[in-house]
Amino acid sequence: MNPDYRPYHPKWHRTPIPIFWWVRKRAYLKFTARELTSLFVAYSAVLLMVHVRAAGGSEEAYERFISWLQSPLVVALHVVVFIALLCHTVTWLNLAPKAMVIRLGGRRLPDAAIVLGHYAAWLSVSGLLAWVLVGT
Amino acid sequence: MPEYRTHEHDVLVIGGGGAGLRAAIAAAETAPALSVAVVSKVYPMRSHTVAAEGGAAAVIKPSDSLDDHAYDTISGGDWLCDQDAVEAFVREAPQEMLRLEYWGCPWSREPDGSVAVRSFGGMKTERTWFAADKTGFHMLHTLFQTSLKYQTITRYDEWFVTALLVDDGRCVGAVAIELATGQVQAVLARAVILTTGGCGKVFPFTTNASIKTGDGMALAYRAGVPLKDMEFVQYHPTGLPFTGILITEATRSEGGWLLNKDGYRYLQDYDLGTPEPHPVLRSMELGPRDRLSQAFVKEAALGRTIATKHGDVVHLDIRHLGAKVIETKLPFVRELCLKYEHLDPVKELIPVRPVVHYLMGGVHTDIRGATPMEGLFAAGETACVSINGANRLGSNSLTEILVFGARAGTAAAEYAAASRPASRSSVIAQVADEARRLRERFLDKSGGRERLATLRTEMQQAMEEGAGIYRDEAGLVAAAETIQVVKDRFPDVRLDDRSLTFNTELVTCLELANMLDVAETIIHSARAREESRGAHERTDYPARDDDRFLAHSLAWYSPNGPPRIEYLPVTITRWPPAERVYGG
Amino acid sequence: MPDTVTLEVQRYRPEEETGPAWQRYEVPFRPEWMVLDALNYIKDHLDGTLSYRWACRMGVCGSCGMLVNGEPVLTCATYLEELPHGSIRVEPLRGFPVIRDLIFDLTDFLNKLKRVSPWLVRKKEQPVADGEYRQTPDQLAEYKQYSMCINCMLCYSACPIYELEPEFIGPAAIALAQRYNHDSRDEGVQARMDVLSQHDGIWACTFVGECSAVCPTNVDPAAAIQRYKLSATLDWVKSTVLPWGKR
Repeated sequence: MNPDYRPYHPKWHRTPIPIFWWVRKRAYLKFTARELTSLFVAYSAVLLMVHVRAAGGSEEAYERFISWLQSPLVVALHVVVFIALLCHTVTWLNLAPKAMVIRLGGRRLPDAAIVLGHYAAWLSVSGLLAWVLVGT
Repeated sequence: MPEYRTHEHDVLVIGGGGAGLRAAIAAAETAPALSVAVVSKVYPMRSHTVAAEGGAAAVIKPSDSLDDHAYDTISGGDWLCDQDAVEAFVREAPQEMLRLEYWGCPWSREPDGSVAVRSFGGMKTERTWFAADKTGFHMLHTLFQTSLKYQTITRYDEWFVTALLVDDGRCVGAVAIELATGQVQAVLARAVILTTGGCGKVFPFTTNASIKTGDGMALAYRAGVPLKDMEFVQYHPTGLPFTGILITEATRSEGGWLLNKDGYRYLQDYDLGTPEPHPVLRSMELGPRDRLSQAFVKEAALGRTIATKHGDVVHLDIRHLGAKVIETKLPFVRELCLKYEHLDPVKELIPVRPVVHYLMGGVHTDIRGATPMEGLFAAGETACVSINGANRLGSNSLTEILVFGARAGTAAAEYAAASRPASRSSVIAQVADEARRLRERFLDKSGGRERLATLRTEMQQAMEEGAGIYRDEAGLVAAAETIQVVKDRFPDVRLDDRSLTFNTELVTCLELANMLDVAETIIHSARAREESRGAHERTDYPARDDDRFLAHSLAWYSPNGPPRIEYLPVTITRWPPAERVYGG
Repeated sequence: MPDTVTLEVQRYRPEEETGPAWQRYEVPFRPEWMVLDALNYIKDHLDGTLSYRWACRMGVCGSCGMLVNGEPVLTCATYLEELPHGSIRVEPLRGFPVIRDLIFDLTDFLNKLKRVSPWLVRKKEQPVADGEYRQTPDQLAEYKQYSMCINCMLCYSACPIYELEPEFIGPAAIALAQRYNHDSRDEGVQARMDVLSQHDGIWACTFVGECSAVCPTNVDPAAAIQRYKLSATLDWVKSTVLPWGKR
């Protein structure tokens, strides 16, 4: 007998949510990993700001900052950050067609075309930046 | 804790499928001051309207006419339709369909944006509106979602009605079990509408969902309202073997062929026309359902069908329609074949056999949806107006739930507005009695040996053997005896489940009691009708007999013994009985 | 081929037990059987107390959604044969309060559905004498996918957000809002936006995407929600950043 049960009153059971719900399914794990990459995006944004600030400061401080960047541990960290950023970008761009429906001449543009368009835009902007930074 | 609770409304709708929701909306619109209750044993969107595939007929194209729709319906029904009802039906069909369009139903369209129509069995022109091949699904969800906007409609979902409340010959509500708690609930109302659908589960092999157990028919019948034309059971010619899943008639209206084991379009041998490569209206595969199902049985007797583990089949061939037509017009058929038969109809033949699909008969109502009992109305498959006569044409039933759902809703609201409220004190004793009956006969009962599933299976087998596509006196007598035996054993049933919370076994048990009553009326009505007409085919009386049987049967409940069968003349307005001619 | 198969079913009998328990049943194995057929066998022959919902047995009524081996599925469309050998675990859909055994409460969804005005909104309905609203096949295709929702609740069960934040309006209700938003006959976009741009609406979704993965009728609610976010953002930009622009 369930002591909490009273006739004609529903006694619902609610399954508690486990803390590790996100390992229950591969898809959840992938999702969690994808969400975590945004921490790296935040990190690189902060890094960029620090970099700009250092560039605006004394030459000595800038040197210190650059040598910090060149230390093996930091380089290793930034390789990881770079990979995470790539993952973040790729998954983000791949999801783009879910949110965008583009019509051309009455026909709906296929998902692949939208993804390709995003990649093209990404590569163009990256190329332009590379040209500005390295080429000039 | 009281054993039961009571609720008061003005109009009570029992059943939340297409007819019930249409009736509720009509009642709410007719009299916005009235409160409308919808009691349903399942959430409305689970109702079996959801499974209808092909479409809904209504005259919309300039080339069509109301008289043509009426004539097709009346000849399709083998002149057993009430012609005044058919005329009202075809007249109101277009506006009902348009109203559904205004509520958002995603009808398939022509390139210019107008509603598209397709041909259908027994119809001489294209007049069937469709939403690909999930028409019933879209209609039900449109009605359900639209019903949410009416503040005066209160829903009681997952309540199973066990009895009508009758006070001095007037229906004033119903008693139900609230499944989630097991509590008995009385809903009092000034007018009650039955829209509980059909009773396909009386038979073992049916397209019908498990919930189609003739509840409304049995409720009305036991309350003293006659059931009309119960002998007319429609077999749909194309169901998948084993599952009984319906393969819509639209497969044939789009151009599908029925082939016997030799790949021969055998319908040409049964007075249904000559085979043409393209579909010809009212001919061959586009003949009416009764004739096609009967042809199957004859073909099987000649040994020209294909034997399988799950019974004889013929083949439905839609390969020549091509992948594009199948994907745009029949995507659900393809999905069902892939899922349930592991075959792709674009490349392979679909095995099909006749399957119990629809009951033409039902609770006797007049043209407004009113039953002979004051305050009680009915619509949809539960009811028999009758517009379907001895054989319903495909795509008339989805339209019927709209036209007669709306009519019953309007009539009930008008009746409720003009009548006095039900007297609470006079029916409360009935509620207490019903609560006690349910407890004593099922939940608190000791002993009992019979298993529900055994009794149900025996009933279903008896119905298939005695009251199937072809019937005769000996078979009907045997079926009647078996049903009586099962009925006698029923009180000895033993439930495993004695709990209050969501007792599905109790529901199944009460459904079986309903089905046994309905089965009995089918058999006795069939036995009394000594002629062949439409879906009722007697091998011992192969001809139609207009002198004796151009009449509706009425089965009246009698507490001890079989139902009393009486007859009511058919209303003929403009189309005198004639021979049914198909095949051009 | 095995003769029998074992089903491990999660039971919950609120009158007797304080929490769920597992029960094992051995049922015949038939290649044409779905998981639902096995449950029906149990109900008919072994144990009439086992409780679950079902109706059409053809994947369109949406009653029989359950977790089978942890995955939300329609049991009428899941063959025993397709499941790995060994025992099959059947549980009620996750994320909902369980009433009994495999039956859960879906009042919450119905309340949410009503909030998004899932009906055609017109400033003025034209009289039926004027005939149908015109809608081309392309305009129909624009929302048709979202209209295929059978309310089976598999998407809610697959959505961890709904489980963590039960106030989230959820995939099916949002997809059905989009079904009307994208209907050329509808004029109710703004009213729905007012509801769905709240914190418990589209912005609660973090795009796990599992709702679309489990949907038996390919409604793709995840896409419906992401599209909604994009249009909500554009709406906001138009009204805030470009105040002279039309909302």
